[in-house]
Amino acid sequence: MNVTQLFLPGAHAAAATSSTTGGTGNEVIFWICAVIAVAGALGLVLSRRAVHSALWIAMTMISLAVLYVAQQGIFVGIVQVVVYTGAIMMLFLFVLMIVGVDASDSLVETIKGQRWIAIVGSLGLGGLLVFGVADAFVQPPVGLTAANAAHGSNPRGIAIELFSNWVLVFEVTSALLITSAVGAMVLAHRERIFPKLSQRLQSQARVQSGRANQLPVPGVYARHNAVDTPAIRPDGTLAPSSVPAALQARGISRGLDTGDIDEVASGMAGAPSVVARGTGIESTSELTDATDGNDGEVQS
Amino acid sequence: MTSNAYLVLAAILFTIGGAGVLLRRNAIVAFLSVELMLNASNLAFITAAHQWGTLTGQVVAFFVMVVAAAEVVVGLAIIVTVFRTRRSASVDESSLLRW
Repeated sequence: MNVTQLFLPGAHAAAATSSTTGGTGNEVIFWICAVIAVAGALGLVLSRRAVHSALWIAMTMISLAVLYVAQQGIFVGIVQVVVYTGAIMMLFLFVLMIVGVDASDSLVETIKGQRWIAIVGSLGLGGLLVFGVADAFVQPPVGLTAANAAHGSNPRGIAIELFSNWVLVFEVTSALLITSAVGAMVLAHRERIFPKLSQRLQSQARVQSGRANQLPVPGVYARHNAVDTPAIRPDGTLAPSSVPAALQARGISRGLDTGDIDEVASGMAGAPSVVARGTGIESTSELTDATDGNDGEVQS
Repeated sequence: MTSNAYLVLAAILFTIGGAGVLLRRNAIVAFLSVELMLNASNLAFITAAHQWGTLTGQVVAFFVMVVAAAEVVVGLAIIVTVFRTRRSASVDESSLLRW
């Protein structure tokens, strides 16, 4: 049973004669996809970071789509890929990016022993379910070849079923979708507390902040040239604002390596070192910029 | 091959999803586990459709997908709103109604 037989009405004569209830091909597909699906589900539960969980469950969903198609549910299988893996998982990833990728689980138990109770309870539920359904079907599956062929193809059969027997449920579904869309808009809406920053307001705030010009660029030295090295002001102090704030927050901003500079300076015959020049000037406080004039340490 | 193996797979996935809801504190991961449970039930529906040779199971699985989409939209909006006010996506943080 291949895809063209399910889609093309003319191919159903051939499809009807071929085996619909599986055979070794279906069994191989099942075992490959079942292992992938269970591995993805375990990865969802066990991985530390939420993004990894989302990617694991995407793997599970795609392998489930393969299993749907293997069971002659071609429409549902494709909807599984397009809607579930495509739309819903993308929505999850968007929200993950809003909430923060680094948000990891706390390992503190608010209810004492909840983890072990949950594991034991899950094993019990799994045992009950597995042993309950393990022998549910005693006869081989009928297969959907006849049902699919009755209306031409599988999507057509589902459409006729949907708009005849299930039309009331279908209409109620539209009400549900509209309600959820309105609800999401109401929940995600935020009242604007501050006025919207226009270009005029931004420029005014910039002038009032005390620094109308741009931030100083990081230092460029003879031996080191990177954004984590602060620039040296004319008076020999460091300009911390020349290092990006993200690097400072992580604590990987380098200090001024005076030995390095002196070594280079002494190599240049007779040239005064940068630091020695800096100490001679004392009244340069107006040269230091307003935002970080105090926290630049003077190298003596 | 009978369809029982599909049902057992659905039961295993459902169980893992339930364990994820109980074990994980991150609201989004707990929500993803609920999605896994819905997918497992969908697999059972489609297996039943294949077993009995009617399309009803597939139609029901389609409806489950629609309801899951609506649920995801509202649930994620709630998570974003809670995150905005409490700066946290952990289900332990939202405990103001706890007695």
